[in-house]
Amino acid sequence: MAKKCSHFPWQHLIGFLLSIVLTLVALWAGLYSGFSMTIIIVIIVTLASVQAIIQLFMFMHMTESSNGKHQTHVMIHSAFIAVILVAGTIWVLSYGFH
Amino acid sequence: MEYVHSDNGKHDAPDTPLEYQSETGRLNILGFWVFLGAEIALFATLFASYLVLVGRYADGPTPGELFEVKGVLIETFLLLTSSFTCGLAIHEMRRNSLKGLIVWLGITLLLGLGFLGFEIYEFVHYIHEGASLTTSAYWSGFFVLVGTHGAHVTMGIAWMILIIIQLVQRGLTKQTTRKVFVASLYWHFLDVVWIFIFTAVYLYGMVMHHG
Repeated sequence: MAKKCSHFPWQHLIGFLLSIVLTLVALWAGLYSGFSMTIIIVIIVTLASVQAIIQLFMFMHMTESSNGKHQTHVMIHSAFIAVILVAGTIWVLSYGFH
Repeated sequence: MEYVHSDNGKHDAPDTPLEYQSETGRLNILGFWVFLGAEIALFATLFASYLVLVGRYADGPTPGELFEVKGVLIETFLLLTSSFTCGLAIHEMRRNSLKGLIVWLGITLLLGLGFLGFEIYEFVHYIHEGASLTTSAYWSGFFVLVGTHGAHVTMGIAWMILIIIQLVQRGLTKQTTRKVFVASLYWHFLDVVWIFIFTAVYLYGMVMHHG
């Protein structure tokens, strides 16, 4: 729905700061944390997904307008397709289930 | 069909952004979300092939030898900041500030150009180091995935220049605000894709090198 436009864009600023923090945490987890490969992959993929969701809500106003529901459905649907494509391809081609 | 009824009342409210005030505007924006859904499928196939080809270096350089934290972070923060300034541009547009909108779009444009400059420099550097599109399956996957994103950024920059010209000529109307909003969705989407390139290509590549 129509969002009240306050004078200061807090939503954008918070989204921006969160994105910076998430990027730096992912960098730390990947290069300096010393965790095992599996844990690192789980952490950085989770952080990337959170950051993508922040962009969708705070920058792209996905739920706005009377079509907000449809817009959200499209994104959930395509995220589903993307996960199946990527995870399925890796499963079949990299782990020898062919 | 709820679209049919949606023109009654609530969209004429004075605080409804201009780009949502017409049926066409709302449907164009929904249509663009559907396009972005297709783009997600496109990039998913490129990510899938890239990830499957990790490790197929064919005696060429490995990503761990070539990726540098500093360059990747500069590109990441340039694009992330441009996504933020693009959001500010929309914020200004909804306050009916044409000048604010154009200024923030201009800054977004410059940051996008900066990103593109660094990416081209990075590609040229890799080619000098012996990693090109034809070096190995891995580098083919890399250049196709990251290059497709770079091509999208180039397209976004051209689009934004044309839109700024239209804004100067026509000001804020239902049509121009809808065009700006759709372009802003595209630009934010490019940052979303980059988040995953940063994670799956660069960070993962550097982690493997460390580990």
